[in-house]
Amino acid sequence: MSILIKNVNIVNSTGVESSVDIYIENSIIKDIKKNLDIEVQKIIDARGLYVLPGLVDAHCHLRDPGYEYKEDISTGSRSAAKGGFTSIACMPNTDPVADNPAVVTYIIEKAKKEALVNVYPIGAITKGQKGEELAEMGSMKEAGIVAVSDDGRPVMKSSVMKKALIYASQFNLPVISHCEDLDLAEEGSMNEGFMSTKLGLRGIPAAAESVMVARDVLLSEYTGIPVHIAHVSTKSSVEIIRNAKKNGVKVTCETCPHYFTLTEEACEGYDTNAKMNPPLRTQEDVEAIIEGLKDGTIDIIATDHAPHHFDEKNVEFDNAPNGIVGFETALSLSYTALVETKVITLPQLVEKLSTGPARILNLKKGVIDVNEDADLILVDFDTEYTIDVSEFASRGKNSPFDGFKVKGKNMMTIVGGKIVYVADD
Amino acid sequence: MKLAVKDVLGLEYMTPQDIELILNTAKDMKKIVTGRMKRVNYLQGRTVITLFYENSTRTRVSFELAAKYMGAHAVNVSVGVSSVAKGETLIDTGRTLEAMGADIIVIRHSQAGAPNLLAKNIKASVVNAGDGMHEHPTQALLDMYTMREYFGTLKGLKVAIIGDIYHSRVARSNIFGLTKMGASVKLYAPSTLVPPGIEKLGAKLCSSIEEAVDGCDVVMSLRIQMERQKKALFPSANEYTRFFGLNPERIVNLNDNIILMHPGPVNRGIEMTSNLIDGKNSMINQQVTNGVAVRMALLYLLTGGQSQ
Repeated sequence: MSILIKNVNIVNSTGVESSVDIYIENSIIKDIKKNLDIEVQKIIDARGLYVLPGLVDAHCHLRDPGYEYKEDISTGSRSAAKGGFTSIACMPNTDPVADNPAVVTYIIEKAKKEALVNVYPIGAITKGQKGEELAEMGSMKEAGIVAVSDDGRPVMKSSVMKKALIYASQFNLPVISHCEDLDLAEEGSMNEGFMSTKLGLRGIPAAAESVMVARDVLLSEYTGIPVHIAHVSTKSSVEIIRNAKKNGVKVTCETCPHYFTLTEEACEGYDTNAKMNPPLRTQEDVEAIIEGLKDGTIDIIATDHAPHHFDEKNVEFDNAPNGIVGFETALSLSYTALVETKVITLPQLVEKLSTGPARILNLKKGVIDVNEDADLILVDFDTEYTIDVSEFASRGKNSPFDGFKVKGKNMMTIVGGKIVYVADD
Repeated sequence: MKLAVKDVLGLEYMTPQDIELILNTAKDMKKIVTGRMKRVNYLQGRTVITLFYENSTRTRVSFELAAKYMGAHAVNVSVGVSSVAKGETLIDTGRTLEAMGADIIVIRHSQAGAPNLLAKNIKASVVNAGDGMHEHPTQALLDMYTMREYFGTLKGLKVAIIGDIYHSRVARSNIFGLTKMGASVKLYAPSTLVPPGIEKLGAKLCSSIEEAVDGCDVVMSLRIQMERQKKALFPSANEYTRFFGLNPERIVNLNDNIILMHPGPVNRGIEMTSNLIDGKNSMINQQVTNGVAVRMALLYLLTGGQSQ
């Protein structure tokens, strides 16, 4: 298949190139020039639209195997494609846990058959995510994992975390750490603060996150091995990481759109679609996250796409599972909250949502250039639209953003030179 | 006469007018509770179900009697003898009870927000009889009734609440209700039992028990749960009593006209000395009587406030 995209503005993390044509043959970008005149099977006139490298998500949950009623690899990949993500790295908290090459192979084989986008499994750090014995990282790497993480089950034992960093680095596997001191978090189900007091819910103090961020930063400094901190949500975490980077520690980190667009106030009325871990924090934290994105302390934006069934969320707040869906809102929320407000530029947005995550996961993605993979999205940044969860391709409709007015709508997704998604209008 | 709301989930959500209406109505109801003939027909033909996911004697019996004194069918459902033990969800249980004809479901639950969830999913009225650390609106209403009965008004009253504020739904409901009705609230607790941001609800946090009770009309003591000690929230009952307990020196010697309240059950000698509990300033027994009257008023007003 050959495609010619005409009159488009290319946004790379390095800058914008206006009104050029992109020629794609098979799965590769063959040429980028003004006024290309080539015979192709499909011509797309993209005047007024922007073409971005396909977004790369370093943190999502596809729920497959084990929880297919929430999402599976097929529906998850459709949701990703609709949201503009062409490469997604899925967390190992499946059933069974992706802590061995067999589960990793299952995910990769199923993705080959059913997924619309590139799916990269993340293996567990420890067997069963129990935080005790190291999982078979080497064998899982051979099977195709791109990183290791125990996801929502933080490695509480510092000695295990230290060994995990050292062992993973031998296989060139990034370690992604969900930082939460479970002892300090106790039985909390939202941020500890005024709102938890008002609602009478047990709180998770901000320090439960930053205490472990500090530990992991110190372990990274001690071992000299990089660590990637998942979903940073607090001001103190940002400060610890900023300081560590200044001192040359090889720490990278991500945040998620909900941590720079919402506060704990979203839990009002016991809205379980505002329940996630780490929990939504305060306005002061939101401002610190935005500042961290601006000054580069926060390297990337991940979705933490976490679909759940309606029935699971339609329960008492304490009983509801953590997490919200994110693929289909991440680009628009990030654009609206960060670029429209001039916190970051469009190329910086591409860095946070595509080039940066690709670099952290060692993927040859996130760049639009000749001879690169033809993973592209066409985005309309001008038209405002309303988020409607009923239109989500994901099986999960659990989003606190229903009804939000945003800009930055993905109009088309191309993965490996194939058009996998086209917006209705 | 009818409340502006379908459900009573908390005093945070209630208008001062509705609170006033309930307290005024409770005055008439009290005559029934304290009279010889405890039977009127205001709720005849209505069905009130108490759905209790947490142990309780006084609140459940109080609601049950309130319903029965007004001629309603009153049924009690408690965990262990219901399908809750079989894993039925709260919403399904609520819908089942509604399908059997419940007009009002009175719910107590260990999790905050459970009554809100139930109210959102059924048409029957839901009354919160205590949800986790969130609210216990009828307790605060009976507390306010007791204060108003004694002092004639709530406006300008100075109320001190002392004890485990962190876990207390009684404290939260009283702060919401009292501040709405023009009273002021001071708090004192072991600092490990002070929830963050509590002052933003409109109460003043004090730094000593003397400061808290100084100039007060009402001192309300809250129950301490001894198992909190294991969670390192305070060192011992002995130390609690020394620094946070109420004794005659701390209270009555300051102001003879002060009244003492406690939502019960009391740990005698720990939160309050026995001579205070049983003394002339104690309102603990009146609180219990007023509880039935206030709950009668609430059920009456929720069902439309007409005799059948």
